[in-house]
Amino acid sequence: MKNLPSPFQLFLAAGLTLAFLVFAGCAQTGQQGSGGGALSGDAASKVYVAPGEHDEFYSFISGGFSGQLSVYGLPSGRLFRVIPVFSVDAEKGYGFNEETKPLLNTSHGFIPWDDAHHPELSQTNGETDGRWCFINGNNTPRVARIDLSVFETVETIELPNSGGNHSSPFTTENTEYVVAGTRFSVPIPQKDMRISDYAGNFKGALSFIKVDKETGKMNVEFQVLMPGFDYDLAHAGKNKSHGWMFFTTYNTEEKNSLLEVNASQNDKDFIAAVNWKKAEEYLAQGKAKDFPANYMHNYFDESTQMATSKLITSVKVLDPADCPGLVYFLPTPKSPHGVDVDPTGEYIIGSGKLSTDLTAHSFTNMLKAIDEKKFDGDKYGIPVLQYEAVVGGVVKEPGLGPLHTEFDNNGNAYTSFFISSEVVKWKVGTWEVLDRIPTYYSIGHLMVPGGDTKKPQGKYLVALNKITKDRYLPTGPELTQSAQLIDISGDKMQLLLDFPTIGEPHYAQGISADRVKPKSKQFFKLSENMHPYKTTSEKDTRVVREGNVVRVYMTTIRSHFAPDNIEGFKVGDKVYFHVTNLEQDFDVPHGFAVMGANNAELLIMPGQTETLLWEPKKEGVFPFYCTDFCSALHQEMQGYLRVSAANSPTALKWWTGTEPAVQ
Amino acid sequence: MKKLPKILFFLAAACLLMLFVFPMWQITLIAPQYPDGVTMYIWINKITGSTEGTLQNINILNHYVGMKYIEPDSIPELKYFPYIVGAMALIGMALAWTGKRTLWVIWLGVLFVLCVAGMYDFYLWEYDYGHNLDPTAPIKIPGMAYQPPLIGNKLLLNFLAKSWPYIGGWFIGVSFLLGGLALWFQKKNIIEV
Repeated sequence: MKNLPSPFQLFLAAGLTLAFLVFAGCAQTGQQGSGGGALSGDAASKVYVAPGEHDEFYSFISGGFSGQLSVYGLPSGRLFRVIPVFSVDAEKGYGFNEETKPLLNTSHGFIPWDDAHHPELSQTNGETDGRWCFINGNNTPRVARIDLSVFETVETIELPNSGGNHSSPFTTENTEYVVAGTRFSVPIPQKDMRISDYAGNFKGALSFIKVDKETGKMNVEFQVLMPGFDYDLAHAGKNKSHGWMFFTTYNTEEKNSLLEVNASQNDKDFIAAVNWKKAEEYLAQGKAKDFPANYMHNYFDESTQMATSKLITSVKVLDPADCPGLVYFLPTPKSPHGVDVDPTGEYIIGSGKLSTDLTAHSFTNMLKAIDEKKFDGDKYGIPVLQYEAVVGGVVKEPGLGPLHTEFDNNGNAYTSFFISSEVVKWKVGTWEVLDRIPTYYSIGHLMVPGGDTKKPQGKYLVALNKITKDRYLPTGPELTQSAQLIDISGDKMQLLLDFPTIGEPHYAQGISADRVKPKSKQFFKLSENMHPYKTTSEKDTRVVREGNVVRVYMTTIRSHFAPDNIEGFKVGDKVYFHVTNLEQDFDVPHGFAVMGANNAELLIMPGQTETLLWEPKKEGVFPFYCTDFCSALHQEMQGYLRVSAANSPTALKWWTGTEPAVQ
Repeated sequence: MKKLPKILFFLAAACLLMLFVFPMWQITLIAPQYPDGVTMYIWINKITGSTEGTLQNINILNHYVGMKYIEPDSIPELKYFPYIVGAMALIGMALAWTGKRTLWVIWLGVLFVLCVAGMYDFYLWEYDYGHNLDPTAPIKIPGMAYQPPLIGNKLLLNFLAKSWPYIGGWFIGVSFLLGGLALWFQKKNIIEV
């Protein structure tokens, strides 16, 4: 009897077996979850782009709190370039050299950082045209324009009356406007007042930035003065709904503290539908008021290769209470986050992030309800349309925490679910759920190339994830965020690849490479260089003193600087090195770095002139050199700068090769 | 049919005018870092490249091994070649109407001598560029010369140099061909008559 297991031992054994089965079961589910497809053999071949071959798509992925924009190839997930936008980038001298410093000017002074969320490509006829990419700066409200022939930031504009530029910079069908709705409402105009007097006194501004058709130059054309809600995201109407812009709102409760609770009370918040064509009419009628403002417009001139800043002191504001038909509110359940318009322009999808359903408003219904005045009262003079009158369909219980929706070219929609960490595919019009795939982990935005335009290019979906936990080799407490590439060409979504991102990826844009590649500039023509301090030939290199300002007109060519020896600097001088790269060939930048310079290097593209400020503080002889491995004799590309005492008689003298007797 | 030889000879002479429209020769350098190659075009009056910066890029490459800068302004041939070619073309076109066989043969002979002289001159320049190296050059390889081939392909360090006639040059060939045909048809005419 002693050898027989006791009932306790039997119970333990049964329990352990059960636990093992459950564990094994979970492990199996987990494995299926981690992508079915990713484990099957053909996923690797689908993302394999052979050495020397080019990717099919460019993708522009926001760098979030890095303030930058990254450029990846799809389907390979290879990183090509990080474009500095709102944050200084010592590598490229961005924000450090004299030419780009003005791009970071604001009414608050020079700001070396921002939080960049939503890249948006310019469009022509509702299709991405590969000319420009816009991106918002969330913290100190700004919008930037990146020129896709050079992949550089060429313009930034600050937004007045704004307090967190989040619903931005979504563009209209022909890039007539990019919008910038404020996430945080503020006193307009700004003033010193009690925070608790928020409700009714704080206002939200929706800015419409006009984009010049030819040059891309931006201008805050007008603002719509809205109630003090939080304006979260936006998307433009298309086709039949072209002329309208839709913004989501939360905190329609108008609370100013503990928003996680206080702004989650209303059963429905709003999507604000703004008729911008109507706004243009009101503008033409002179209905806009000029509000005093202070905001900076910074523009990089292509011919002088130099940015300049301009302070603007007034902005045109339209008040919806005085402008009937300008704005309507569409009630949408539970703090909607993303608002996405399907390729036909009929459905406006609101992702109520605390709701279990997805709401699709019908544009046709909306016009009818406006016509028939089916209003549920108004908010600060803005009519609220009846929910039942505008809703066009509901996707029932697709997942938890819906955030954003993109579309393919076959009438399908893909919605990201943050809480249930998945992408759900559903059919526009029938509202049935077709497929779902997990993401690792906690997806925010998602992107299909052209997925927010009239003509999605389809094929791939990129999930942009906030958290990676155990997905990669650990790197201490701070872990990378990630993007995941999903094949959407078949009925079932298939995970192909995941790759780390720069900073936190928010939104992204994708475009077929053939719309961008042919326009990519190889180098700047020296003959077109209009920089005021250019030097186009070694014969013209010189050093000029004006008081304590010394200007060095320097050139670079493989593999020397001209001049490479300079004497006659004094302690306390402000020395500007205007360095022109004389090269006229593809992929031959030169770098320029000076010992003790308090800024960064210059990285000068062929045909370009860039300027480094150096303020020598001690006597001595200081080296400088080329930082970008340019040629077989790159290591020899160096020189010396002699700094004498402030009162020394050392004369200015410069040379390359042989020291001249007299200058 | 009687006019055919004259027309052919006229065209033979007119072909030379193409040298004012197209380069006569091209030299292409190919290396892994230059996937598109670097191409230099030699005209009767100038030297150009496949891009605005090509000549500068070739000079940058050449300076490592101490080759002289190619400066079209310092090459006197480029100044008088257009006159020689222009004169040959005009004389040839005038001779076409004389229909005089002897004059045609002489003209073709002169053209041939000029071509041989031109090639010899080209060889001398190539020899000079390839051998007359700066003694302070950063890269010195004992016994190495950088003379591009007169015609054909040749490996020079990491570069494959290709030297071949280009459109203008092809027209010189066409000129000889047409001149030859003119003589041949004329002979036929004489026999038939």
